[in-house]
Amino acid sequence: MTAPAFNPADLHVILPELFICAAAFTLLMTDLFIDARRRALIHFLAIAVLASAVLLTVRDMVPETVTAFSGMFVRDIAGDVLKIGIYAVTAFAFIYAKPYLSERGLFKSEFYVLCLFAVLGMMLMVSAGNLTVLYLGLELLALSSYGLVAFDRDNPRASEAAMKYFVLGAIASGLLLYGMSMLYGATGSLQIEAIHAASGLTAAPMMFTLGVVFVLAGIAFKLGAVPFHMWLPDVYQGAPTAVTAFIASAPKMAAFAMAYRLLESASGTAAGDWIPLVAGLSAMSLVLGNLMGLVQASFKRLLAYSTISHVGFLLLGFVGGGAGGYAASMFYAISYGIMAVAAFGSLILLSRAGFEADDIDGFRGLWSKSPGYAFLILFVIASLAGIPPFLGFFAKLQVIQAALVGGYQWLAILAVVSAVVGAFYYLKLIRAMFFEKSEAEPAEINADMHLRAAFAVNASALLLLGIFSNSLLSWCLRAFPSG
Amino acid sequence: MVSQLPLLSTLIWLPVLGGLLVFLLGDRRAGAAKILALAISVVTFALSVQLYAGIDQGSAAMQFVELVPWLPAFNINYSLGVDGISVALILLTAFTTVLVLMGSWHSIENRAHQYFAAMLVLEGLMIGVFSALDAMLFYIFFEGMLIPMFIIIGIWGGPRRIYASIKFFLYTFLGSVFMLIGLIYLYLKSGSFDLALWADLPLNASEQMWLFFAFLAAFSVKVPMVPVHTWLPDAHVEAPTGGSVILAAIMLKIGGYGFLRFSLPIVPDASQEWAWLVIALSLVAVVYIGFVALVQEDMKKLIAYSSIAHMGFVTLASFIVFSMVRADGNLEGARLSLQGGMVQMISHGFISGAMFSCVGVLYDRMHSRMIKDYGGVINTMPWFAGFFVLFAMANAGLPGTSGFVGEFMVIIASFQAHPLIAFFAAVTLVLGAAYTLWMVKRVIFGDVANRHVAELTDINAREAWMLGLFAVGVIALGVYPKPLVDLMDAPIAALVDHLVQTKL
Repeated sequence: MTAPAFNPADLHVILPELFICAAAFTLLMTDLFIDARRRALIHFLAIAVLASAVLLTVRDMVPETVTAFSGMFVRDIAGDVLKIGIYAVTAFAFIYAKPYLSERGLFKSEFYVLCLFAVLGMMLMVSAGNLTVLYLGLELLALSSYGLVAFDRDNPRASEAAMKYFVLGAIASGLLLYGMSMLYGATGSLQIEAIHAASGLTAAPMMFTLGVVFVLAGIAFKLGAVPFHMWLPDVYQGAPTAVTAFIASAPKMAAFAMAYRLLESASGTAAGDWIPLVAGLSAMSLVLGNLMGLVQASFKRLLAYSTISHVGFLLLGFVGGGAGGYAASMFYAISYGIMAVAAFGSLILLSRAGFEADDIDGFRGLWSKSPGYAFLILFVIASLAGIPPFLGFFAKLQVIQAALVGGYQWLAILAVVSAVVGAFYYLKLIRAMFFEKSEAEPAEINADMHLRAAFAVNASALLLLGIFSNSLLSWCLRAFPSG
Repeated sequence: MVSQLPLLSTLIWLPVLGGLLVFLLGDRRAGAAKILALAISVVTFALSVQLYAGIDQGSAAMQFVELVPWLPAFNINYSLGVDGISVALILLTAFTTVLVLMGSWHSIENRAHQYFAAMLVLEGLMIGVFSALDAMLFYIFFEGMLIPMFIIIGIWGGPRRIYASIKFFLYTFLGSVFMLIGLIYLYLKSGSFDLALWADLPLNASEQMWLFFAFLAAFSVKVPMVPVHTWLPDAHVEAPTGGSVILAAIMLKIGGYGFLRFSLPIVPDASQEWAWLVIALSLVAVVYIGFVALVQEDMKKLIAYSSIAHMGFVTLASFIVFSMVRADGNLEGARLSLQGGMVQMISHGFISGAMFSCVGVLYDRMHSRMIKDYGGVINTMPWFAGFFVLFAMANAGLPGTSGFVGEFMVIIASFQAHPLIAFFAAVTLVLGAAYTLWMVKRVIFGDVANRHVAELTDINAREAWMLGLFAVGVIALGVYPKPLVDLMDAPIAALVDHLVQTKL
């Protein structure tokens, strides 16, 4: 192997990453020099940064795969589409976060800086061509997330959640790293492509398989698949809602990309070994996520269990495998990101200074107060439940189809039955909003205009993207050319 | 200009978008919103009559076809088209919606414009169900209907509305997800969601069996058949009058329609093999549910059970055809049976809608549905009593009303299948008369039961129009069913011819 020469053209390939990195540092410095009352500037700058990143990414989008830095970094359609999804969802999370943080005295520019670093980490995960890059991206995301969860540091719950997140996240990283080391040991390379090429000829197939199992455990931890899901409800509940909206949505897309790069790109030859395991993870997540969701009174915990069940659905695409399966999972990951940020957005919409709409009770009687928003939240919930014609239905349709293609009929049936179980707790929310009257004062809508407008756009997008899902779908299919 | 618009799309999207507009008009202009909603429903009905006028009745082919690729990656198309069967059901839908909106004019107080909007959206989606030629499009309309109905029951329903609405939703949802898997399976097998293609798709016995039960799960809940009928009495009783009317008059028909469009043509051999099960369950519905209806004390509940019994005729008619077609080669009998089932669907749409509307008229005045709270209503509401007795007679299957035609056809056809089936089916004529007329006796006739009944006022012009239009439908269909039978003749004959061939 020749020594990799530095090629200035490589910088062009990672332009969006460089831009986000520079922007994050710039925002950090800017904050030092501006008055605290003008801090809203940081907010708008951060959104502008994300918008520019979209432009930068779209500008250089090419149908063929481009690699940089001797294959350390891969830029392909899948990566670019996921990155755009990450920017968009993060921008929504920013808009939702501002009123929430301001009302609680948490409006600090560190939030934006940490989020942008997390976005950078996700971008690296999405575009990793090498296990080291992937791990670096993951750690950048994870460390930023720990900081974000502990953002409200005087709140014991948040600190506890951050602690749990940190400890369990570190274990997951350890598992992943251990698995990666075994892959390296078995194939002699950290390059994902080289691992794939060497995996069939490895002299230590047992070590390779074991490595894949450890990697899978790490992925399951990060995604929050049962039985590695314990951290998720506590973190979702403990973190400030604005932070939960971010860490629950965009990182799922990055986690999908990580799972794809590690399972398919690196160890696709061992698919026969890991598919049954993924099927098991998926089945357990579907059942447990939906059953546990039934007994939750806290809306944030409910959404956490709903996330677990959605992860079960997302994994169905991996079970199906092939270009169609990964496209289905990718569609699911992006759809879920949009739905999740909207779901937490609805929570912020209903909370105000001194009041967290944390319980389902917070939704009670919303219809009698503001029917328009009640219907928008209905869109979000119906989409999460997978009722046509909302986006969530089309996502479910595809992953179920992928599972059937893969010959996992029992899993597809389990998935739809658990979707019905899940529908019950989503209906509880609709019931609280529409059918029940509040004993106390009825739910009220946050007055922030940006928040309202963004939420309306986000919720209507779930309907429109559902009806016109072909555009998103065709991008996902182009990302994974069959054959 | 009207003729250039794609008629079916207009029929679907005019009410849906009109509903949105009515919703946006808001509370302050509730009066204008109501008028707009009624106008939209009348226009929709007028357009659906165009469908009837324009259709070639001699042809069994799908007409007014529209085809736009929707999700090309999965070969899902926005594909619409109708034959005589669909046209009849679309006419029923558009007609009933107009009457429902008329009937709900004053009975809904809380945010009436949203109720009207939900009804319009529901109408559009139901028309979509009846005109979809693409199975996934069908499924999306089929499921999409649940949300507006769920909200109608949940917001404007009676005291136990929350329980009833959730039960309704979960039952239907559970049934239809199995169908979803069946549809995806068929897609993977055929590479398309085109229903016409599926009808000619060869399938082996075990595939057909699984698909048959997947379809059965979805449609038996919707019809509903025993033993998955328990959501219906709750939903009917708790729903507001308009919701009950739509549920009974149209939504239940979607189950019967599904059997005709999915189970029979796509999995004929499994349908034949398991026909005994459906026939048995239908007869249980006819006889056992008839007895259950007899002991009801709540008028709405009684009509709900009577709906289950009457819909039993539809499922019976759809599945006795196999013994005639396959065993005896009796195609005439099979056609008669399916015709009878379809006439029964349309007729039951009128009758159940009218009966629920009558209960609604009483409920608006007395706020009670209990039979024991009434008595001697004829003394204070003679006009109303006249209508109510007419509809009750139709419900009991009196000749000259629409109720007689369908039941009679099915009984004759079932006699050709097996005399014993005909015997049990005919029991309904006795039982139907028993529970309906006994209710009429207790509610309408006799002395004025109490002070509240004495204070009742007779129906006003609006209610008279509503009930009068229902009555026109009931009598016209009873005296002269030929236009309806002719309309559905060609597609039914084609279906029967299709059933002759085995797919194995």
